[in-house]
Amino acid sequence: MKKKFTIALSGNPNAGKTTVFNAMTGARQEIANYPGVTVEKKVGKVAHKGYEIEVVDLPGTYSLTAYSLEEIVARNFLVNERPDLVVDIVDASNLDRNLYLAVQFRELGIPLVIALNMVDVAESRGIIVDHKQLSELLDVPVIPMVARSNKGIRELLDKVVEVAGDGDEQWSPAVISYGMDIDRSLDEIEEIIRESTIFDPKYPSRWRALKCLEGDKQIVDLLKRDPEAGEQIDTICRRIFRHIMNTLEDEPEGIIADHRYGFIAGITKKAIRRKIESRINVSDKIDKVLTNRVIGPVIMLAILYAIYEFTFWASEVPVRWCEAFFEGLGWVISSVLPEGYMQSLIVSGIIDGVGGVLGFVPLIMFMFFAIAIMEDAGYMARVAYMLDRVLRWFGLHGNSVMALIISGGISGGCAVPGVMAARTLRDPKERIATLLVVPFMNCGAKLPIYAVLIAAFFSAHKARMLFILTILSWAFALFAAKIIRSTVLTGPKTPFVMELPPYRMPTLRGLLIHTWERTWQYVKKAGTVILGISIILWGMMTFPEISTEKQRSFEDNRRKITKSFLASPDVRGMLKDEKALTDLNELFDSYDKAMDEKDMAAVKDLEKKPLFPLVKAAVFLEKGDFAKNKLTSAQLNAAARYINFKSDMIDTDMSEQQARLKGTMAGWIGQKLETVTRPLGFDYRTNIALVGGFAAKEVVVSALGTAYSLGDVDPDDAGSLSKRLKKEPGWNPLLAFTLIIFTMLYVPCFVTVIMIRRESSWKWAGFSIGFNIIVAYVVALVIRQVGMLLGLGL
Amino acid sequence: MGTKKTIKMRQMSDNQKGIIRKVSATGNMGRRIREMGLVPDTPIQIRGRAPLKDPVAVKIRDYVLTLRNNEASNILVEVDEPE
Repeated sequence: MKKKFTIALSGNPNAGKTTVFNAMTGARQEIANYPGVTVEKKVGKVAHKGYEIEVVDLPGTYSLTAYSLEEIVARNFLVNERPDLVVDIVDASNLDRNLYLAVQFRELGIPLVIALNMVDVAESRGIIVDHKQLSELLDVPVIPMVARSNKGIRELLDKVVEVAGDGDEQWSPAVISYGMDIDRSLDEIEEIIRESTIFDPKYPSRWRALKCLEGDKQIVDLLKRDPEAGEQIDTICRRIFRHIMNTLEDEPEGIIADHRYGFIAGITKKAIRRKIESRINVSDKIDKVLTNRVIGPVIMLAILYAIYEFTFWASEVPVRWCEAFFEGLGWVISSVLPEGYMQSLIVSGIIDGVGGVLGFVPLIMFMFFAIAIMEDAGYMARVAYMLDRVLRWFGLHGNSVMALIISGGISGGCAVPGVMAARTLRDPKERIATLLVVPFMNCGAKLPIYAVLIAAFFSAHKARMLFILTILSWAFALFAAKIIRSTVLTGPKTPFVMELPPYRMPTLRGLLIHTWERTWQYVKKAGTVILGISIILWGMMTFPEISTEKQRSFEDNRRKITKSFLASPDVRGMLKDEKALTDLNELFDSYDKAMDEKDMAAVKDLEKKPLFPLVKAAVFLEKGDFAKNKLTSAQLNAAARYINFKSDMIDTDMSEQQARLKGTMAGWIGQKLETVTRPLGFDYRTNIALVGGFAAKEVVVSALGTAYSLGDVDPDDAGSLSKRLKKEPGWNPLLAFTLIIFTMLYVPCFVTVIMIRRESSWKWAGFSIGFNIIVAYVVALVIRQVGMLLGLGL
Repeated sequence: MGTKKTIKMRQMSDNQKGIIRKVSATGNMGRRIREMGLVPDTPIQIRGRAPLKDPVAVKIRDYVLTLRNNEASNILVEVDEPE
């Protein structure tokens, strides 16, 4: 039987905590959330020297106050779950600030091991840390390591087992002096706490006293459980607050922090040896260029553009494979299953719906990969730094830029991981404002809609249109943020006190983990919600079915057209019966196909068929392909009749399809919505597609395809839909542009709404639906009406 | 040797060095500024400013920290008076 114990991994952001965690636990990790909050909890397992060690990855923090969600989560975990040991990852190249957290662990008294990471980086900057001295001064074991190259992981685990293996390690808070006045009050409060029987003994009393002096809300509230003692403590705190304010013009909290750093300075003076001529700091050099006031922004735009180009270039082939796979799958199932509801549900409902989403996985994946490079290399923090001034004007924060970019700021992200990226924002108001505007960005699911409409109506300016749409989505998002921040979410701006981490070469492993975590969010959405909604949508667009009488009337109509065609004098001599007509249709189709594929051998074969002259004549009449001299006038007359016949048949099919659709539930909803959407120029078919798009924006294209009677439309290769829309009366560039903008802005997709709720509340999730619809409607209405006034909609 | 004077961090020019003498921010901002190591007696150097001259990047304790101008106004720094 293996002995088990739990350790917690802690440390400053950028100290290499994730690297250590991955190196320790490998693939054996699970991601969950801490109860009640949206802070991610990663738990991994590692076996070492006969022990089974559970490793809990605490959120990266600089401190242990009660003023950010991450810090409260970390603190509550330590105090309530009482892990057997904390491993604090400390960046040796930035020792002072990293020790600020370590000192707070010492104050708390929890068993601690310090993993002194990145000693190589420190040495390259001329900072030599004497880890034995450091260990002695802090009174905790210190293990030097380079987690990136796996150095020191084994030694760290050895030490972890040595310290925590016997499982009876006691908490021993360090006693640090914060100046005479504060020290004296600490003793007084500590005594009151110790005497009270009501207080939870889990919290060390000196630490608790310290937190009272710091004005820590969580701890002060806990002390109110014993009203009498609480009152006494409160009096002491007030007294010392006044005293410190009068003598030092500062809060006790500030003085305590200053003393902590004083304590640290005493340690580092002894434990750090600096080479006087430290080598040139590479990060500083890079920053001279990348954050230069003039060329910095230019380079930033160039990098963002390069990512955009890279994503589309790299994903082109894999996306095509994915689509071919789903197309093939649909084809196989169509041929295996008999025609009917089952086949239609699986092929048109499930495979088209889910496949449409999964087909974009490569694109999303490459986009996230590129974003992960920016993040892991440390460039994202520079982007936030350079854009903070701009974003602040709109009521957002420099860190909002991350969420905006992931959601599609450079075209082709996904709002689901984008919403999650907003977690880095500390202030709830700035975070919610960011959540509410990220759905405006051009996520990967909106691109196929743009592609279809641009190909149909703006084919001469494809790249330019896409660029304009990117700019517009940023503009809408930022102005919407401004409106939200100056109406429903007013409040002060939060500090931008942030670290610019040194540039680092990202590790492949880190990149892959980052990319996979976000891509998985997107895939999960396809596997669950979109599967369900595809089925519902299919049902709504299929039932109730057209009545038998109506269907019969369409069949009668077709029969009549066929009869009159075959009976006409021009045709009678050439086509004897319906069998001959079927042969002609087949020949015509095969010829079309062979010409499309440039299969000249097949064309040669077809030319030998007896009915070929008719095909030739029809092609001549339609396209003028053949020289006229070889055709007789009888053949030409028959061909003209044939062309008319075909177009009559298509018209009938189309009216039938429309009658079918109008009769279904989706059709009913679409028609009801026409009252509201008429000013925008949307008819019931567009409405159906847009309603479907609430499930996932990918659905808009496939639903438009079905509504325009094309059968299955592949979201990426919708050339046929483009052609169809171009010919459809009522469709013009103005309507197309209105629809593009409406799609960009109206409702976040269903999964995003769920995510927004998870990150905030139902209230804000509901608000985001309503707000986005209103914005989309107003903007689309203005575009439509102004366009009409300018005479563009003709 | 030039004489010393104390100015707000906000007023410092690029690449100028100095030593923090007082942090007058309180509450949330004061806490945040201090936990990042901006406490009295700490040497700093201005590294540069963002394209719109705000925020400002400061080299402190072996790392680079950014803060906005209004935040930097709360930090008093002793610098060498130029001759």
